[in-house]
Amino acid sequence: MDEFVKSRIKQVRKGDQNAFGEIVELYKDKVFQLCFRMLGNSHEAEDISQEAFIRAYINIERYNIDRKFSTWLYRIATNLCIDRIRKKKPDYYLDAEVAGTEGLTLYSQIPASQLAPDEEVSKIELQEIIQNEILKLPEKYRAVIVLKYIEELPLLEISKILDLPIGTVKTRIHRGREALRKQLRHI
Amino acid sequence: MNRCPEIITEYMHEYLDGEILPEHKNILTVHLKSCADCRQHFQELEKSIALVKSISHVQAPADFTQKVLMNLPKEKKKVSVKRWFSRHPVLTAASIFSIFMAASLLSHWSGDDFSVTKNPDLVIENNTAIVPEGETVTGDIVVKNGDIRIDGKVDGSVTVINGEIVNGESYMASAGQVKGDIVEINEAFEWLWYQMKHIFESTMNMLTGKE
Repeated sequence: MDEFVKSRIKQVRKGDQNAFGEIVELYKDKVFQLCFRMLGNSHEAEDISQEAFIRAYINIERYNIDRKFSTWLYRIATNLCIDRIRKKKPDYYLDAEVAGTEGLTLYSQIPASQLAPDEEVSKIELQEIIQNEILKLPEKYRAVIVLKYIEELPLLEISKILDLPIGTVKTRIHRGREALRKQLRHI
Repeated sequence: MNRCPEIITEYMHEYLDGEILPEHKNILTVHLKSCADCRQHFQELEKSIALVKSISHVQAPADFTQKVLMNLPKEKKKVSVKRWFSRHPVLTAASIFSIFMAASLLSHWSGDDFSVTKNPDLVIENNTAIVPEGETVTGDIVVKNGDIRIDGKVDGSVTVINGEIVNGESYMASAGQVKGDIVEINEAFEWLWYQMKHIFESTMNMLTGKE
């Protein structure tokens, strides 16, 4: 897989956009998911993840081919998400709630056949609640929680993505967990 | 909860990070058995993690990759051509071959000089080859950049390139005087086709041992 990505990146550096398309295919769901959980809105998530891939393409010369490509890509995406969150802060709560609902109805992947209608509704509602609680976290905790528990990345990789010492990442995860505990304990 | 040392919460997080030392784990386990508050705290942490992990995985919209590619800065033309060639090696070989082929054949075409198949019975007059009345020319005749007038007979084919068969009478009449085929070629394309056919035929003859 790493070899595959490396060979494609060499082609991309020669200007081959089709090779870049293969890379997008490989990572689009992960990057979109990261942005969606960070932003809570499928339109914004799509905008930002598109932007992340375009920036990766433009700056491909700056990527160190001996490092993990996904780390570099997630870093671009995470930074873009954090910028976006900071920019829209004033109307952020209102926005997130409306958007979260819409995103979940559009993209949640619940197989209809497995659940009775009532259970399904409640499961969707639960998902909305959880998403909204994640969105209430300050962005520095939100990023580590999403990377750790939704993208399921190891601490070391999170520290590389965020360019933070591993100790700082741990502290943020601890605080994020405590915040979530307070928000989610009554569910 | 307030009574409990801060360190217990630290150990909980170490445990949740999967990085707890065995001695810390022992302290934590012993403490959780005796302290209901901390037990609840720990369970709440585990529950919130489970909830966050439980939210469905989302997928990028179907046209995602296409949209990214559409919005990339323009690719250098050179690259797309190169890629095409590297993906179609046989077509590449074929097209290079046909370019050289066409070039070499067209170089024959480009000559403007009048020429005609040497034959003692043919009379040449101002870029016109004449088959004199009453004479029979044996063999094929090729006239290039000139005309041919057939007053007599030809025991073979007549090919006129970049010229025509001039005859006082109609074209059909002259057809009767020529035993073989009559071909007029006035376009570069036809010329190419003729050459190819010619090469093909001679190759076939060579292969079958005739000539």
